[in-house]
Amino acid sequence: MSTYFSLLKMRFLNSLQYRAAALAGIATQFGFGFMFISQYLAFYRVNPLAFPMGIDQVVSYIWVQQAFLTLYMTWFFEGDIFSAIVSGQVAYDLARPMDLYGKWFCQCVATRLARAILRCFPVLILGLLLPKPYALTLPSDGLQFLLFVISSILTLGVVVAFSMFIYISTFYTLSPTGVRIISSVFADFMAGSIVPLPFFPDGFRQIAELLPFAAMQNMPLRIYSGNISGMEALYGIGFQLIWLVILVTGGKLWMKKALKRVVVQGG
Amino acid sequence: MRLYIKYISIHLKSQMQYKASFFLMIVGQLLLSFTVLLGLYFMMDRFKTVGGFTLEQVLLCFAVVLMAFSLAECFARGFDLFPEMISNGEFDRVLVRPRGIIFQVLATKVEFSRLGRLIQAAIVFTYAIPASGVIWTWDKILTLVLMVVCGALIFFGLFLVYAGFTFFTIEGLEFMNVLTDGGREFGTYPYSIYGDGILKFLTYVIPLALFQYYPLLYLLGKKKDIFYMLTPLLGLLFLIPCYLIFLFGLSRYKSTGS
Repeated sequence: MSTYFSLLKMRFLNSLQYRAAALAGIATQFGFGFMFISQYLAFYRVNPLAFPMGIDQVVSYIWVQQAFLTLYMTWFFEGDIFSAIVSGQVAYDLARPMDLYGKWFCQCVATRLARAILRCFPVLILGLLLPKPYALTLPSDGLQFLLFVISSILTLGVVVAFSMFIYISTFYTLSPTGVRIISSVFADFMAGSIVPLPFFPDGFRQIAELLPFAAMQNMPLRIYSGNISGMEALYGIGFQLIWLVILVTGGKLWMKKALKRVVVQGG
Repeated sequence: MRLYIKYISIHLKSQMQYKASFFLMIVGQLLLSFTVLLGLYFMMDRFKTVGGFTLEQVLLCFAVVLMAFSLAECFARGFDLFPEMISNGEFDRVLVRPRGIIFQVLATKVEFSRLGRLIQAAIVFTYAIPASGVIWTWDKILTLVLMVVCGALIFFGLFLVYAGFTFFTIEGLEFMNVLTDGGREFGTYPYSIYGDGILKFLTYVIPLALFQYYPLLYLLGKKKDIFYMLTPLLGLLFLIPCYLIFLFGLSRYKSTGS
């Protein structure tokens, strides 16, 4: 366990070095958040009754989404892992007395966590200071906030477990771009990053809510905004937990299989 | 010009060497903006109109912006990769060659896989052009062409500004994404829906609305004044400050020495 912890710490400190990039990121996220909210406000003016969630819930959804973007995004991958597989460097990692799945998992978690911690507060504070209707509202009570934190942590696990599948597929394809773009874009959409799940048309929404992607940002964001609360939130967290276990177990099994037939390319 | 065509054909040949990967990239690019289209459809299906525009009219707008952006990105990719060019010192080589700098940067890269988006824009056009209810007289056709061409040039201007800033920061400026990628992403809807403040900003500061919102009004017959048809040309004035920013950055250029 302590190995994983020091790995986590190392990665974390490494990512904290890029402060200028974080500043630029914050400005970008703030700009995008502002524009997205303006967009929903325009729809709200057309027909408030067709809104499946409260407008202040949508606003909170967007601010928290922008603040924790680096935690939730499915399209972010560790370049080192791909190059380790393609260049054959992975052979060294395999020689180490450490589970490769765990190592990569930790690495992904740490990078995302470090980036999110650097970036989230300015966006959240700015969001809280803005006047209505752009204002970010706080969760209704402490319990709701606690549920949001738990759900966020689970989301991080699910997203990383999902990306592990794409890393492992690189053992077979060696050229990750195609699969990577298509699967991550699809996952991102189904997780509610472009349009929140309640806005999906009936029928389509019910299917989307069963898929593992609904266990990603969809859950914590809707819990934070109060769209899901009480027992429903607990069910949601259970749903995330189930998918996390399935994805991690599946990923580990597949990795074992892939490593059996791994051919290290020269070098 | 002949030299540029030669460059283009070289890039095309080199990218066609990996045919499977090339087509996969095109498909990937196509899917990338497909989810945006799907999101747009979900929203318009639920609300029917936004800011006084119907689904078909919004799609017309979506296709114009997407096509303009992908044209700019396909040909001006060199400027997008400019930070790399500066940090690995390749730019020094550009400076000693007896050709224009902008020309050479343009010629370093032509990314044909970006045409995936162009294909999607074309598909949306084939649906939206007849369905939008516009009677396509010559002036309307001309307006549409102006929108796409001037739009591409204005996006090109933004890439130029991005490259200009790179002279100071060496790294790429992530914030510029709000204007380029954001301009594309939010340009799926007419810029007027974001409120007066943003529309004014996009008219007078970064004139994205000049090739999108105003000519769209003319296209849909909401405004009869010929001035609205010609606003994309007015937007081209934006290229002057873009060029100046690039030149200013160039005058401050210090080689990174690697």
